[in-house]
Amino acid sequence: MTELQAYLLIAALLFCVGLAGALTRRNAILVLVGIELMLNAANLNFIAFWRFNPNAAAIDGVMFVIFSIAIAAAEAAVGLALIIAIYRHYKTSNVDEVKELKG
Amino acid sequence: MSFPLFILGVLTVAGAVAAMTLRNLIHCVLSLAVSFVGVAMLFLRLGAEFVGFAQILVYVGAVAILIVFAILLTRSGGVEPKPFLNSQWWIGLAIAIAVFGSLAVAIVGSKDLTSVALAEKTAPVKQIGIELMTRYVLPLEVIGLLLTAAMLGAVIIAWQEGDRK
Amino acid sequence: MSLTSLAAPILANADQFLVDGKHAVIAWLVHFLPVAWQDVITGGLSILLTIAPITIGFATLFALSTWLERKGLGRIQNRMGPNRVGLPFLPWKLYGLGQPMADGIKMLIKEDIVPRNADKVLHFIAPVALLVPAFLAFSVIPYGDGMVPINLDAGLLFFFAIGASTELLVFCAGWASRNKYALLGSMRAIAQMISYELPLIISTFSVIMAVGSLSLVAIVDAQAGGLAHWHVFTPWGIAGFILFFIASLAEANRSPFDIPEGESEIIAGHLIEYSGFKYALFFMAEYLGMFAMGGLAISLFLGGYHAPFAFLEGWVPGLVWFVGKLLVMIAMFIWVRGTMPRLRMDQLMNFAWKFMLPMSLLVVVAAGLWRFVGGGWVGWLICGGLIVAPYLALSRGLFKARHWAKREYRYAD
Repeated sequence: MTELQAYLLIAALLFCVGLAGALTRRNAILVLVGIELMLNAANLNFIAFWRFNPNAAAIDGVMFVIFSIAIAAAEAAVGLALIIAIYRHYKTSNVDEVKELKG
Repeated sequence: MSFPLFILGVLTVAGAVAAMTLRNLIHCVLSLAVSFVGVAMLFLRLGAEFVGFAQILVYVGAVAILIVFAILLTRSGGVEPKPFLNSQWWIGLAIAIAVFGSLAVAIVGSKDLTSVALAEKTAPVKQIGIELMTRYVLPLEVIGLLLTAAMLGAVIIAWQEGDRK
Repeated sequence: MSLTSLAAPILANADQFLVDGKHAVIAWLVHFLPVAWQDVITGGLSILLTIAPITIGFATLFALSTWLERKGLGRIQNRMGPNRVGLPFLPWKLYGLGQPMADGIKMLIKEDIVPRNADKVLHFIAPVALLVPAFLAFSVIPYGDGMVPINLDAGLLFFFAIGASTELLVFCAGWASRNKYALLGSMRAIAQMISYELPLIISTFSVIMAVGSLSLVAIVDAQAGGLAHWHVFTPWGIAGFILFFIASLAEANRSPFDIPEGESEIIAGHLIEYSGFKYALFFMAEYLGMFAMGGLAISLFLGGYHAPFAFLEGWVPGLVWFVGKLLVMIAMFIWVRGTMPRLRMDQLMNFAWKFMLPMSLLVVVAAGLWRFVGGGWVGWLICGGLIVAPYLALSRGLFKARHWAKREYRYAD
């Protein structure tokens, strides 16, 4: 196994752990945590491919990750605000109990 | 796979697994922070200095703290009630395992990935700055707009109705 | 290798005596080893001989500055401060210089109390892990010519990333104690650190813009050649330095921003359930954070290890200037603690968001204009006006926002 494959495998594992958590946990905050982990796995892929790209001058992978980190921060802020608003309304942050479209 | 990489990989994935399986939410966030630090170290090992430090600054310094605040504000600080998985948990788990299986087969079996040569490479801060101001100037502006909109949106969504005087 | 040949390279270049001394010691020690090991051992020894002096030096400075602080505060408050404990087995009291040692022994042999309900693992990990970022922050600061542990390309970002990672550990300490005062204290600490991190980071942008690098070595090198080249002697530099100093007071949880620990309000905040050596570790991390902030302020604005006048460079070691400036910074920290009353929580937040943040953004604009105008008296006039006018307006606004009213007491239900 080459170095690049090792990094990609770690990223894939991280992604699937995040995916499993986001799909199975009941608490909405942990669903968001799972999504953050998946974003991190994607960032790791970008950096790994940048590092093993034979073109030495290209730094597009790094630039993508910088933008991705900024977007992840925005996503976390809005997502957590939504969870707090939902908690205030339903008095729960359990994704199973929040199923009505009408407030 | 070299030994330091193996340790970092184990640290990162173990942190992630703990974050997704522990019952106490605060423990989840702390192990999530461990996983973030592990990813940052992987970035550093790959030579992406700037991104590694930005990862720690944003994820450990801001996102993890934000999640902690959200946990305390929704009063779920203690131990989660017993069925901490949702009702369709087995479907989710099956999907995740299937995704990992297909990804792993693709990564291990790919001929192009095995023939990649190792090149010494770094991303100097100066080059990142120049790229941000030339080729990526439009995305930078859009990100600025997005962050402002997200900040305003988060404040308005989380605002308590009673406070609006 | 004889002793004279060991001393010769040290005497040849006075400024570089520590660097040369380190290489001489390594060469002397490696001499005794079999040839096959020499390469490996040299690298390891070099790292060890860099880390050990920093760790020991700053730990000693911590002990000394607790004594200095108590003496200084004593003078300010018209009392003597510690003056009983002398050096062990010696008849002299030396103005109480043995006090830090006695304190250390006391802390070590005190009973270590862990609350029954506490999260025992986290309660233990928090103070120990807090020391890691506290010491790591010293790894990018240049102490002298060629005396920087690692010259990172993104050194300043590394420093701030390390500083940001302490917040989670402070929360960890407060939450693991299972005490409402501890939790309140740690939430206050996090809110304060996040609020003041923004002006702290933004006030350094002007320096980054002027130098064009995030590397602290490059920033210090840009200030070589006497007082005129120090960043603090430009309009954006002096404003940036003052903002940075205020924000670093808040980041280091020093008075007047010691609300998280307010002994009289929330009984020492997140430290309440810590006793004995764990408490000492928190105390040490706090002081180390203060030294790191001081060192960073010196590197960014006060010329780093460079001498104030050009003729002093080269033969007076840079480390002397660095330590001298650091002691001045510590004295300023103590002086502020002795003279300023503690802020209230809402005053703290108002000050951060309504004054510090706009001012630090203005300083960035002023630094850009300074570059555009090209300095000189025109630059002073334009940049000075750009900083002073909003300063007056903002401080008036802060003053008007104060509500002078009779205090209303609310009783708990």
